[in-house]
Amino acid sequence: MSRTVTLASAGPALSVQDMGRPGFLAQGLTRGGAMDTLALAEGAALLGQDPGLAAIELGGMGGTFTFGEDTRIALTGAPMPASCDGETLAWYASHLIPAGAKLVIGVAQTGNYGYLHVGGGIDVAERMGARATHLSAGLGALLAAGDELPVGPDKGTSTGMTLTPEARFDGGTVRIVASMQTDLFDAQTQDQFTATAFKRDARANRMGVRLDHDGPAIAAAGQLNILSDVIVQGDIQVTGDGAPFVLMADCQTTGGYPRIATVIPADLPRMAQAPAGATLRFSFVDMSEARAIQERDTAARAKLKSTLRPLLRDPSTIRDLLSYTLISGVVSATHDPYQ
Amino acid sequence: MSQFPRIRSVGMAGLLVQFADAMSEPANRAALAFRAAVDSQGWPEVRETSTSLVSAFVSVDLGATPVEALTEKLSDLLASRDWLDAPLPEGRTLWRVPTLYGTDAAPQLAEAAEAAGLSPEEAVAELSQARVRVLTIGFAPGQPYTGELAEHWNIPRQQALSKAVPQGALVVAIRQLIVFTNTTPTGWRHIGQTAFRTFRPDSERPFALSPGDEMIFHNITATELSRIQSTDADGDGGAQREEIA
Repeated sequence: MSRTVTLASAGPALSVQDMGRPGFLAQGLTRGGAMDTLALAEGAALLGQDPGLAAIELGGMGGTFTFGEDTRIALTGAPMPASCDGETLAWYASHLIPAGAKLVIGVAQTGNYGYLHVGGGIDVAERMGARATHLSAGLGALLAAGDELPVGPDKGTSTGMTLTPEARFDGGTVRIVASMQTDLFDAQTQDQFTATAFKRDARANRMGVRLDHDGPAIAAAGQLNILSDVIVQGDIQVTGDGAPFVLMADCQTTGGYPRIATVIPADLPRMAQAPAGATLRFSFVDMSEARAIQERDTAARAKLKSTLRPLLRDPSTIRDLLSYTLISGVVSATHDPYQ
Repeated sequence: MSQFPRIRSVGMAGLLVQFADAMSEPANRAALAFRAAVDSQGWPEVRETSTSLVSAFVSVDLGATPVEALTEKLSDLLASRDWLDAPLPEGRTLWRVPTLYGTDAAPQLAEAAEAAGLSPEEAVAELSQARVRVLTIGFAPGQPYTGELAEHWNIPRQQALSKAVPQGALVVAIRQLIVFTNTTPTGWRHIGQTAFRTFRPDSERPFALSPGDEMIFHNITATELSRIQSTDADGDGGAQREEIA
């Protein structure tokens, strides 16, 4: 047997992701990596391993997976129904999947991106220093049925742990800071922007999320002739049609449409996970407040492991309850004792 | 007093040093030289650096580093010399890239020519002889922004994005030419088609071009482009290269 995960079926947007590929901004390649890096950190905490290891990002829905050896897994990010050989598995928990057993992950109940982590990490070859698939750059490809991925050696043994995730799967208020082009938008336009309840458009991918709204288009002066300049993840770009577009993990490194503000890194997971149709609002924070938020976020990620607790199983959710020896010595009336 | 160079924060991802608010040759050289100078400082909080047309970006986690401290360091470095006088980088290459102008392969030539006040034939004659410089690499991996074309090519981007133009497309707006790395939606007009690959991820040199390189997009026929497309092995798309500095 080998340490592998095999995909018997795959949803339309499965990819290998890690913390991304820094160091190539000057050559036009953004960092990329998981859309929800908090979910990567949570998975690493559940398995007691490095958050830099790669996982499978499940966009919108999961798939069917089998493992060449007994393998520890953790499930994080957008909650999806999951089962192992028909037995329901808790989301936001770690589990041991026996070799050959069938792990089935369904459609996201809310949010967008679920994550399947394995003990030892997905061990595909690094390209330019990372394992992250970067579709818009042409690095890697979406996963498909029939793919077999190597799994790294696993030093850990513990499973059956859970944690309570930070709520972020239903839109809400996203905090932003002013950026280098904010003052191209007059005060009235900035007020309009922060007063508007946007709906996340169904058109969204790893490059960016389009937002719809009622009312007048959002516009900067002379916006079709602004000099192309650096773009970073979280920048909120306003294209010619007046609809904001939030640039995400696989965005470009430069662009000429003006950006009204930038989502702070701590709120990027909320932005990534807002499902189609969810309401999103934007709220400016100043730089010192943003820094305090970021410091709290970094500290919270560092202590995720201390928030773990054993997974208590609710008997009503165990489909094969009768196969468990709940009280020893009881003989079933229908069971043939001589079989 | 000039408002440039100026330092702006870019979200919480770092600081941007802008040398002008419009494209200019000296400001482009200043950005390249200033970035190299920041790199040579070896400041521990700097994650990486890059340049755009007339600005240098210094990537720093502003959630961990106070913006004031880095601003002061950058201001001191800015004051140390006149960056607009900086020379171009050394080790530059001239690329001659075979390009099919117009036809169904590049359907917006006529529209772009009209915006520039030219006939399509005049536009091809000018563009295929223009020698442009790689001003910056960006948007997509290895993708060059080149310029500057004559003033009448200062045509705006389209209001609506084109759904997709193919890899190797030559597009024009605001006195600049771009060769696209990958199939992409764009507001720029598609006027030519090349077989040049700007990004070759599995090659030892994944990025073909560097800022400061020069390019000529000379005119070829559809037959020649097909021949190049069917025989090109290295991604150069039939381009000839020549060391110029």
